[in-house]
Amino acid sequence: MVLNSQTQAPASAPETLSYAQAAVRAVQHEMLADPRVVVLGEDVGRGGIFGQYAGLQQQFGAARVVDTPISEAAIMGAGVGMALAGMRPIVEMRVVDFALCGMDEIVNQAAKNRFMFGGQGRVPLVARMPGGIWDASAAQHSQSLEAWFAHLPGLVVVCPSTPQDNYSLLRAALQSGDPVVYIEHKTLWGGQGTVDEALQIPLGQAAVRRRGAALTMVSWSRQALLCEQACDALAAEGIDVELIDLRSIWPWDREQVLTSCARTGKLLVVHEAVQAGGFGAEISATVAEATGCRIRRLGAPRIPVGYAPVLEAQSRIGLEAITAAVRAMLA
Amino acid sequence: MISPDSATELANLYRTMVRIRAFENAAEIASQGGVSAYGQDAAGTARVRGPLHLSTGQEAVATGVCAHLRATDYLTSTHRGHGHTLAKGADLGRMMAELFGKATGFNGGKGGSMHIADFSVGMLGANGVVAAGLPIAVGAAHAQKLQQDHARASGQAVDDAITVCFFGDGAINRGPFLEALNWARVYGLPVLFVCEDNRWSATTASGPMTAGPGASARAISLDITATQVDGNDVVEVFDAAAALVAQVRAGSGPRLLHALTYRVKGHVSVDPAAYRDPHELAAALQTDPIARLRNRLQTLGHDPSQLDALDDEATAEVQAALDAAFAAPWPEAGAAFTDIQTTGAGTWF
Repeated sequence: MVLNSQTQAPASAPETLSYAQAAVRAVQHEMLADPRVVVLGEDVGRGGIFGQYAGLQQQFGAARVVDTPISEAAIMGAGVGMALAGMRPIVEMRVVDFALCGMDEIVNQAAKNRFMFGGQGRVPLVARMPGGIWDASAAQHSQSLEAWFAHLPGLVVVCPSTPQDNYSLLRAALQSGDPVVYIEHKTLWGGQGTVDEALQIPLGQAAVRRRGAALTMVSWSRQALLCEQACDALAAEGIDVELIDLRSIWPWDREQVLTSCARTGKLLVVHEAVQAGGFGAEISATVAEATGCRIRRLGAPRIPVGYAPVLEAQSRIGLEAITAAVRAMLA
Repeated sequence: MISPDSATELANLYRTMVRIRAFENAAEIASQGGVSAYGQDAAGTARVRGPLHLSTGQEAVATGVCAHLRATDYLTSTHRGHGHTLAKGADLGRMMAELFGKATGFNGGKGGSMHIADFSVGMLGANGVVAAGLPIAVGAAHAQKLQQDHARASGQAVDDAITVCFFGDGAINRGPFLEALNWARVYGLPVLFVCEDNRWSATTASGPMTAGPGASARAISLDITATQVDGNDVVEVFDAAAALVAQVRAGSGPRLLHALTYRVKGHVSVDPAAYRDPHELAAALQTDPIARLRNRLQTLGHDPSQLDALDDEATAEVQAALDAAFAAPWPEAGAAFTDIQTTGAGTWF
């Protein structure tokens, strides 16, 4: 393995980066800081299909940024074996839809290993699997499956929405020592934002994006960005909504959500995933049990994502739907 | 390589094999009345309550291969993994305690027979999913190669640890077999694949379910050198494994050993295997690996009373393990909430 002599990430002033560049920077800094970090995945040598590994193989060599065959089960399973043998692999699944080809390896192996073997080993592995609707890519490339993974004891689930979160949470995921399902959004890669490399964000901590007293809105990933727009539109009408970007799906920040809901008395959860059995159901039930406040969910109908624009649109939760739901709850 | 008249080495192999046999026989008795895979009522008074997949009659494969391994070598195993685990050097008493589900077991009662493991001797776990150990093994071997290459490039001492991956004949029909072998060959990894071919996939004969000549041919098609042996002849297994392990240690890349044996018991311990031809079993019992080794040792002039003493030692060790496992405490209920994850620990609901 080729190791760079530099062991510390360089400190630098906050700068504007894309969501993809922020991810590259996070991996680069972890690889510099920890020689155990390696990358396994298809097409990672040429930067990954979204540019989220750009330049890393050139910097760290093909032994640490490993181009692999199209073998999701082996990529994920080898990641488990590598982790048990003292490495800290990033396993790239290309998209969450393809992670399903490595499902035994993540569900029965990565997630279960530590408990099943009585704590003899741990599996420090970050499985990156971009999720969400990929424009005009149809049913097998457009799923939001975070609730599946949140259902599994042993896994951490992260869905960052901004370049800063992607930088800080990817580093936190790599340092956590747990198997982490890391779901970036397939269409956020070009999004720009300020990234402060010194900012640490703990896994499990939500971000309040808008302050307000009328209603609590909870969302994550790309949908949270659309919710920001909805909040701004509502604010122009004099309706101040409190928007919480969950960022981590498991563990999720109950404290912030419950505190906000207790104050506003109303909760709207908005996510891109299918509403039935989505993680919004878990949040809603938890808030209902704890506060008895009024609750509504907005998620996709239980239909596969279609190809034609008019079909695809049926799976999207648009700005109008969000603002309408808020107005209805406040009426 | 062993020489056929190396009586001491053969006696060591004999000792390992009779320890495995004694363990399996005792575990089988302790599982009577236990859970079967076929919907019987929950395990009443059985000491070993869960599904128990016995390697009785397959001892020569685990023994002949693991004789060449060190604690720093990794091993992945299958649901039928007691023999591999014992042969790799795991403590027999803690294994039995794990089968009983007791706090003193290797996994603190969290795993049982199907997840038996002793990471301290490099045994990275039995596995309840057929073929699941293969990708994990190539990952462990990939880490070894990276670590060895790094040590070499840094001018540090380089170890030559390897990974051995046991799997059954049923596993070669699952996708991870292909993915893992291809991966190992592509990256030239230090891994020895061992197909322990006991002819049965659960309650179905493997032959009619398998296209082509099987594990060796599939390995060769991926440019992985393969050797096929009589898996009930421990000397043949030992000699073949000696050569293959040496090649893998030397950095020649992956190798495959295809060992033909026979599953003497049912799929699980309470499965009478009434679905198979009794003549097939009778013929297989004629090739019992322990009886064959005993005959060979006696032919070489080995004192039968010394072999009897090894038998008695194994029986006594297993009896002590049974007694200790019976007396050992159950895990605390709170153990159900530990060793899961550090991030978000405590948020179980």
